[in-house]
Amino acid sequence: MSSIVLIPLLPLVAFLVTGLFGRWIGPRAHWVAVPAVAGSWVLSVAAFLEVAGGATLHETLYRWIGSGSLNVDIALHVDQLTAVMLLLVTTVSALVHLYTVGYLHGDKGYARFFAYIALFTFSMLMLVMADNFLQLYVFWEAVGLCSYLLIAHWYEKKSACDAATKAFVVNRIGDFGFGLGILLAFVTFGSLDYQAVFSAAPDHVGQTINLLGWAGGEWPVDVITLIALLLFVGAVGKSAQLPLHTWLPDAMEGPTPISALIHAATMVTAGVFLVARLNPLFNLSPVAMDVVAWTGGVTAIFAATIALTQNDIKRIVAYSTVSQLGYMMMACGLGAYAAGIFHLLTHGAFKALLFLGCGSVIHALSGEQDLRRMGGLKSAMPITYWTFLAGAIALAGIPPFAGFFSKDEILWKAFSSGGTGVLFWALGLVTAFLTAFYIFRLVFSVFHGRSRVSKEAAHHLHESPAVITIPLVALAILSLTVGWVGIPAEGMNAIDPFLAPVLQAHEAAEHAAGHSGVEYALMLVSVAAAACGIALAYAFYVVSPGLPQRLASVAGALYRVSFNKWYVDEIYDAVFVRPTVALARALWRGVDVAIIDGAVNGVGRVTQAWAALLRLMQSGQLQHYALFMALGAVLVVGIYFFR
Amino acid sequence: MVPLSYYLTLGAVLFVIGVVGVLIRKNIIIILLSIELMLNAANINFVAFSHYLQDITGQVFVFFVMTVAAAEVAIGLAIIIALYRNRSTINVEDISLMKW
Repeated sequence: MSSIVLIPLLPLVAFLVTGLFGRWIGPRAHWVAVPAVAGSWVLSVAAFLEVAGGATLHETLYRWIGSGSLNVDIALHVDQLTAVMLLLVTTVSALVHLYTVGYLHGDKGYARFFAYIALFTFSMLMLVMADNFLQLYVFWEAVGLCSYLLIAHWYEKKSACDAATKAFVVNRIGDFGFGLGILLAFVTFGSLDYQAVFSAAPDHVGQTINLLGWAGGEWPVDVITLIALLLFVGAVGKSAQLPLHTWLPDAMEGPTPISALIHAATMVTAGVFLVARLNPLFNLSPVAMDVVAWTGGVTAIFAATIALTQNDIKRIVAYSTVSQLGYMMMACGLGAYAAGIFHLLTHGAFKALLFLGCGSVIHALSGEQDLRRMGGLKSAMPITYWTFLAGAIALAGIPPFAGFFSKDEILWKAFSSGGTGVLFWALGLVTAFLTAFYIFRLVFSVFHGRSRVSKEAAHHLHESPAVITIPLVALAILSLTVGWVGIPAEGMNAIDPFLAPVLQAHEAAEHAAGHSGVEYALMLVSVAAAACGIALAYAFYVVSPGLPQRLASVAGALYRVSFNKWYVDEIYDAVFVRPTVALARALWRGVDVAIIDGAVNGVGRVTQAWAALLRLMQSGQLQHYALFMALGAVLVVGIYFFR
Repeated sequence: MVPLSYYLTLGAVLFVIGVVGVLIRKNIIIILLSIELMLNAANINFVAFSHYLQDITGQVFVFFVMTVAAAEVAIGLAIIIALYRNRSTINVEDISLMKW
């Protein structure tokens, strides 16, 4: 048994110990969870180095299902893509575990939190190490469950419970498509194993399936496109893409470490990971690729416009996450999987940093999340400020921070892919400008300018303790350096060749591999866009703080659309939620109460009526019983004689 | 020689008297006696058939029936005494607790 088994096993053990014995170990739960996750980080680094040496690690643990042609193993598979994901997941998870020690100090759900977060880490690791669809699906659901449990960590709060339910239900919609996709893949390819499916897929190109066969109609659909799209529905749900993005901003009701780990760095990127992992399938379907690219591109700019006007600092970062996930999806849809995964990696570092920074601010202000009641925190919390600034620069895409390299890789791949690629490049560029603006709006509103902090919060204002600042500093260093594995120059880009064995670039992205003067020119354009965004934010929120107000009243309609998140929640409420509730109410009153309860109660009442009648026979008089007995005997004998 | 039907008629008459006694008399001791009457009606039939068929088995069976009847009376009387001590009555109409 090789050491990769221990990578998921350690968090699982931590989950069992903190989950089963949490009542007794209580505030000492981190002594179990933190070393376990740190251990799996060390092993992940070891596994990564081994994979970097050219090996592919594979360990079949046992056969889970063996039924006819359906054979499903529980297996651990570590190739280049998985190795990168392992590093990301364990690094962020370990830092978030450490951060939680400070952030949730004294919380009564302390041990429970560590149990769930360890379970999440285990599930996420199993998800990325899966070598077949079913294992992927099981742990795909498991991370969703952990997300639900952790969003509802403060379960006394109604908003937290609502948000958790919303996250679960919206994900369920996506997972339904995902499940159908897996079923169709099994029916089509006869296997759920990645390798078997990938090698069988080219033989099924052009094969169609009649979707109206059950009704006697004709509606042939390309089967690979259908499988890819159904699987992508799952990715849309998990990665909070349009139109299933609404759960992610609400998920910010959970504790901040969760927002950083699950809703920024790891779980939500599972959708992008899925598309990248299944790239041989997606590459065979141009239609599916277009859908992926457009979904990603539109989501990127859509979420960025919402982030411009929000006031809750965690929500701003959450919409930013949706937007950046859109970037990654767009890259995958354009066939530039390596660029998507590269951005996933850098985003994991700087977005976790931004969330943890937000958490540090919220912690210092005793729970305040509204940036209108912040400002001027720079001097009070220098470490938080400088690390947050590093994250913001990385997100905005200013060199030499990480976000710059990955974002420009995506923009360049979009521009050079020809056809509609320029359109995607333009989408990305506008998004980059908006991104720079909203994140620096956040930075300037929180850390610069006049203090708008309430009196009692100002009284407690303090820099966070070391367990909180150490992860911040570590992530800030990563936010600066991670991008350097993908420097766009000949021989300097390490990540593309590293991932190449797993991610076959689509033909469209293939011919864009070289670096040219055009690429460097485009870089200047995008850096200029980001710089404009920052400058605009500086003008709005530092130089003349009254300006945003006036602009908001001038462009009232636009401002309201952005502030109300394009009314998506309201539309869903009117179109789906309320009719569903009304239907449920009608079914409850009409079917449940009237028919089902009526039938059950009716059976009871009929029985009771009969019993009341028959009860009269139980007179208690011995001789009545004797009479019945005698009559019965006569009857039996009579039947015997006269039948 | 008395024909078999005479014995059977006697047995039937005794049995019906027993049944009617059980059904209409209110004194528990009389009811017990009526049960004995039915048992003995059966005994008469046993003996009559035994004689008619020239088979001793029927008469052997009668001894067993008598033994069982004696045991039953012993237990029955014991129950009646216990009942009387508890409820001061041996009228079956007054003993009607076993109902809804």
